[in-house]
Amino acid sequence: MRNVTLILDDGSRFHGKSFGYEKPVAGEVVFNTAMTGYPESLTDPSYAGQLMALTYPLVGNYGVPSFTMEENGLATFMESGKIHASAIIVSDYSMEYSHWNAKESLADWLKREQVPGITGIDTRELTKVLREHGVMMGKIVFDDEPDNVPTANYCGVNFVDMVSCKEVIRYNEGAAKKVVLVDCGVKHNIIRCLINRGVEVIRVPWNYDFNKMEFDGLFLANGPGDPDTCEAAVVNIRTFLANPRVRPCMGICMGNQLLSKAAGAKIYKLKYGHRSHNQPVRKVGTNQCFITSQNHGYAVDNDTLGADWEPLYVNMNDGSNEGIRHKTNPWFSAQFHPEACSGPVDTEFLFDDFVKLL
Amino acid sequence: MIDKNIKKVLLLGSGALKIGEAGEFDYSGSQALKALKEEGIETVLINPNIATVQTSEGVADQIYFLPVTPYFVEKVIEKERPQGILLAFGGQTALNCGVSLYKEGVLEKYGVQVLGTPVQAIIDTEDRDLFVRKLDEIDVKTIKSQACETIEEARAAAVDLGYPVIIRAAYALGGLGSGFCDNEGELNKLAEKAFSFSPQVLVEKSLKGWKEIEYEVVRDRFDNCITVCNMENFDPLGIHTGESIVIAPSQTLTNSEYHKLRALSIKIIRHIGIVGECNVQYAFDPESEDYRVIEVNARLSRSSALASKATGYPLAFVAAKLGLGYGLFDLKNSVTRTTSAFFEPALDYVVCKIPRWDLGKFRGVDRELGSSMKSVGEVMAIGRTFEEAIQKGLRMIGQGMHGFVENKELEIDNVDAALREPTDKRIFVISKAMKQGYTIDQIHDLTKIDKWFLQKLHNIIVTSQELRACKSINVLDNALLRKAKVQGFTDFQVARAVGLENEMDIDDAIMVIRNRRKSAGIVPVVKQIDTLAAEYPAQTNYLYLTYSGVANDVDYKHDKRSIVVLGSGAYRIGSSVEFDWCGVQALNTIRKEGFRSVMINYNPETVSTDYDMCDRLYFDELTFERVLDILEMENPHGVIVSTGGQIPNNLAMRLDEQHVPILGTTAKSIDNAEDREKFSAMLNRIGVDQPEWSALTNMEDVNAFIDKVGFPVLVRPSYVLSGAAMNVCSNQEELERFLKLAANVSQKHPVVISKFLLNAKEVEMDAVARNGEIIAYAISEHIEFAGVHSGDATIQFPAQKLYVETVRRIKRISGEIARELKISGPFNIQFLARDNDIKVIECNLRASRSFPFVSKVLKINLIELATKVMLGLPVEKPNKSLFDFDYVGIKASQFSFNRLQKADPVLGVDMASTGEVGCLGDDSSCALLKAMLSVGHRIPEKNILLSTGGAKQKAEMLDAAKQLKDKGYNLYATGGTSKYLTENGIENTRVFWPSEDGTPQALDLLHGREIDMVVNIPKDLSAGELTNGYKIRRAAVDLNIPLITNSRLASAFIHAFCQMKPEELAIKSWAEYK
Repeated sequence: MRNVTLILDDGSRFHGKSFGYEKPVAGEVVFNTAMTGYPESLTDPSYAGQLMALTYPLVGNYGVPSFTMEENGLATFMESGKIHASAIIVSDYSMEYSHWNAKESLADWLKREQVPGITGIDTRELTKVLREHGVMMGKIVFDDEPDNVPTANYCGVNFVDMVSCKEVIRYNEGAAKKVVLVDCGVKHNIIRCLINRGVEVIRVPWNYDFNKMEFDGLFLANGPGDPDTCEAAVVNIRTFLANPRVRPCMGICMGNQLLSKAAGAKIYKLKYGHRSHNQPVRKVGTNQCFITSQNHGYAVDNDTLGADWEPLYVNMNDGSNEGIRHKTNPWFSAQFHPEACSGPVDTEFLFDDFVKLL
Repeated sequence: MIDKNIKKVLLLGSGALKIGEAGEFDYSGSQALKALKEEGIETVLINPNIATVQTSEGVADQIYFLPVTPYFVEKVIEKERPQGILLAFGGQTALNCGVSLYKEGVLEKYGVQVLGTPVQAIIDTEDRDLFVRKLDEIDVKTIKSQACETIEEARAAAVDLGYPVIIRAAYALGGLGSGFCDNEGELNKLAEKAFSFSPQVLVEKSLKGWKEIEYEVVRDRFDNCITVCNMENFDPLGIHTGESIVIAPSQTLTNSEYHKLRALSIKIIRHIGIVGECNVQYAFDPESEDYRVIEVNARLSRSSALASKATGYPLAFVAAKLGLGYGLFDLKNSVTRTTSAFFEPALDYVVCKIPRWDLGKFRGVDRELGSSMKSVGEVMAIGRTFEEAIQKGLRMIGQGMHGFVENKELEIDNVDAALREPTDKRIFVISKAMKQGYTIDQIHDLTKIDKWFLQKLHNIIVTSQELRACKSINVLDNALLRKAKVQGFTDFQVARAVGLENEMDIDDAIMVIRNRRKSAGIVPVVKQIDTLAAEYPAQTNYLYLTYSGVANDVDYKHDKRSIVVLGSGAYRIGSSVEFDWCGVQALNTIRKEGFRSVMINYNPETVSTDYDMCDRLYFDELTFERVLDILEMENPHGVIVSTGGQIPNNLAMRLDEQHVPILGTTAKSIDNAEDREKFSAMLNRIGVDQPEWSALTNMEDVNAFIDKVGFPVLVRPSYVLSGAAMNVCSNQEELERFLKLAANVSQKHPVVISKFLLNAKEVEMDAVARNGEIIAYAISEHIEFAGVHSGDATIQFPAQKLYVETVRRIKRISGEIARELKISGPFNIQFLARDNDIKVIECNLRASRSFPFVSKVLKINLIELATKVMLGLPVEKPNKSLFDFDYVGIKASQFSFNRLQKADPVLGVDMASTGEVGCLGDDSSCALLKAMLSVGHRIPEKNILLSTGGAKQKAEMLDAAKQLKDKGYNLYATGGTSKYLTENGIENTRVFWPSEDGTPQALDLLHGREIDMVVNIPKDLSAGELTNGYKIRRAAVDLNIPLITNSRLASAFIHAFCQMKPEELAIKSWAEYK
């Protein structure tokens, strides 16, 4: 295995070995504390442009399932059609894997999709650096090619545009209720959660003006990067909210941020984001708490929400916003991921709530 | 938020440590009491286990050293009138007791509210039928099982389900009376045993080979749920989880599988209605996502203690708070102190639990592992690679292994069979098989262990081969050395692999490797266990060392304020909770005196490894290498080696050579007491007597020595092949048989033979000295004569039947030894006393097993005193006269023979008990009765079976037999005993040995449940004597009939229960004995 160095913007260096595709790469370095789910995370479009460090040290144990597609165009086991993270950074890659459902090793998959993977990194120490300094840009450089140094930007880049579908796709066509899903980088499990509940999903590109379409409810999906680069979507959502025909709306993650922006709120970048399976949230004004899966670097500023809106969920660790709702209309959103994949499935009932409203 | 009417709460402990119920409940009870105290609630504790931390001063407000049985608990309730009771913190013992109090209406009668999980929910999880029905209601799959009440029903059920089947006794702890049956013959045998423990026996389809996965789940009364941890068994289903190597978090589950089982756990806990903590065990198909729920434990368990230590989440503390009515959202994460207790820990390390067995201590025991638990303790190893964690763990179990490789070669006749039929050695059989070239697929086929684990183990083999290929340290490159360290190799393993052992002494070789790697910058780093994988800053003191990292999480101040206490390691026979108590007392004292308390220990069942017991906890190895690593970073003011039993004691000399400041008695003095030759020479010098002994290297010398001193002799081999480590031999035949079987006598492995004194009393001196002057002491006396290991003996304190002259001599001799060895700190001397003739058997310059017992009876904390001495602080000599109290403490031993199939439940010079209790009484009989009831004896109803051994013992038992007869008991006696009793005018019914023809047969009476108590005293240790007696003793154990095998103890117990009824025993708390 070739020796590599991860170089952060503050000059910190971490030495490791390459086990994935052998090419230098740059991106925003983020950490994820989940202990399972590397195939799901790697294919989550929200990781576009990021070098994903896993704090759980043992990775690759159960290999990778086959990358098959169902008839409806959704991946059987993955969250999108390809790996979106720019690289994966681990402490102890498992060269051998063992699982009945595995078709190949993580290394082989990374190589096939031309994504670098590095191992032997003290990802706990890396996490502490990111925690203290905030997320940073970083690059993975091969020690025997010291001059081959890649560059990249993260802030201000419209990653949503890169990962969103380019044309309208329909799932479960002909069902009684139709839901428009604004694809900012949607995870397939959101679509699965909707069609499993018997609705037709009309998946539209992130900036598509769906207001002219015939539908019963609006769904705002997750997506990567800075929500401020998605103004076109916010404009469309505002139009929807202003429509005298009030129809239900639910958002997830980026969807929460876009709905909040449409409701007048401001978004800020978190120091190092929430990326894990163990984020505790509390439903505001209740004793109900949930363990949630999260993956976001930006958050809604509660104080800037419009007068007709209120926080729906709050993060129990740092008090940040975890969802909003309209005081009278059936519009709500969650910053966390009720569709899980990967992560706990405790909040999947939100899809039931949404479908019931249609 | 919480119920303000609850002002006083009763907590039930788990009693003596036994297989299946050990130190974990000291930990969980202690945490619960802490949680209640914080709320200003008055606490009452019932627990006869006097060596625990929870029964220490200040932990509970009132402490009762009484049996945890419905009768005594009701008495305490009647007296104390608590508003609430906690049942979930004292294992199955407390749970069963609580359920029975509830069913009998006792709790209702006294208006006692069960806090936390409602009793109905407990019953729903404990009764197999109800449990299956309950989970059927929510479509959760359980193991297909049929509850049977007769053996015929069990046979029919097995045919219906198809063999292989598993048999379980309902309401039994740790799988007691359960096992696998491949055919009807096996079923008949097992079912009979299971029915002896429970009226209900369950027959289930066996799922051998499936994965075994556990989740620890928490729920508050607002229905908020979390899973704190999941765990995966290295060994597939079929081996009791207490017997299995366990890994946390799970390693071979995908996200989908992990969360499928997690969601099911939450669904189950909600449906059952747990408030607090519970454990859900699954069988999981290795070929699909199919599962079965094995069981739900509606209480804190061994697994929850492990999960607590593995994650840093204080499960017992939180469960207690939830029982009071708090929501999870009300509580803070006690590690970060800023984030919420409602969260699920994220680990950035891997944890490996390995059981510790002591099967070698038992004669005849079945070594095969199965669905019933046999291990006596466990260790938890933490690493950032699986290889590192498992190699650490294999060293921690303390069975002479250096890791997965570089051990002494095991001799295995049939590797295939040894892989297929798991024993306590299986992991080492895997190592051997890999070295012999077995493929991973072959090993998997034989063991069904997931290939991922086998592949990781194989990595260690590969590295070992690479090291061996080096042949010399000079060609060992740094990359390989680092790789080996990352995989958990010790310097010892590296030294042995590269062949350094051939060039120099191994201790020197270790230092060569150490210096080499330090010069190459290959050193371990310290990481925190912070529950959130570094996501939030945490001021945690919970640490481990790893080579898989580049930076420390701790900034060392180098202020020389640290005092490092070395812990006691895995619980095993001979060293368990009592040393944890000693360690905790040392930590408390260090803290109180303004020093930084630092603990090194790796036993997840302990209180000393709890998150707030010290200022810094290194959850790591107690090997010389690791301790030195830590001391180099910690740079302490001093190290305490005398409160953790033998493991730290053994490190003293080598640490001293590295100029480690050892507090208290010097390492040289420790060596002078440990080294038999040096100690003996010293005793001769100061004119103190000892039993004649000699270290011998060949049979001629052995015989010559015995000609001189005569039989019986005590034989201690220095190198044990198998079986018991020491034995008493009464004749030439026994001696030769034992030496041939057990020992290898050679120049390199001498055997120590000493004269064995018959009918001598054994007396213990536990004391604390300062600069050679004794400042506090406790003299206690064994009820049994010498020959029963001091750890198995019944001990009374203060000594009740010693001559004043004997006591005076013992004090004088102890004073001389303390002076001679310049003892500063705790020590223990064991004496033999016959008439006024006193001999010293042994001297340990460390705290002994009986320190907590004597400290609590005396109400002087000897460890606190000793710690102050070691810290060089002024201490006042307590002026309390030792004989000046009007009560007696009795320490009785708990045996776990019922868990150890086929083992002969006879006592000898090697220790066999797994735990102990200590009870107080206004006189010896009163204390003895409480103690005996606490370790599971019952007052017999009417029929007693006697076989009272040799002439001497028969005579000793005569008075007791008379008393029994006078009390109206029916006596049954075997041949010799019957004759003797009849000759002495005591009416009895003769019964026949298994080897004799004639009826009634003793065994038939036992199987017919006609006998309430068995007194069976072996004459000697000859083969024939053992076979007959063995069958009776073993039947008594298997049928759960109380058994006593020592005449002195039997007499004392019989005397006690004939003299008074349990109802006459005073219900007094510890504080009421003044």
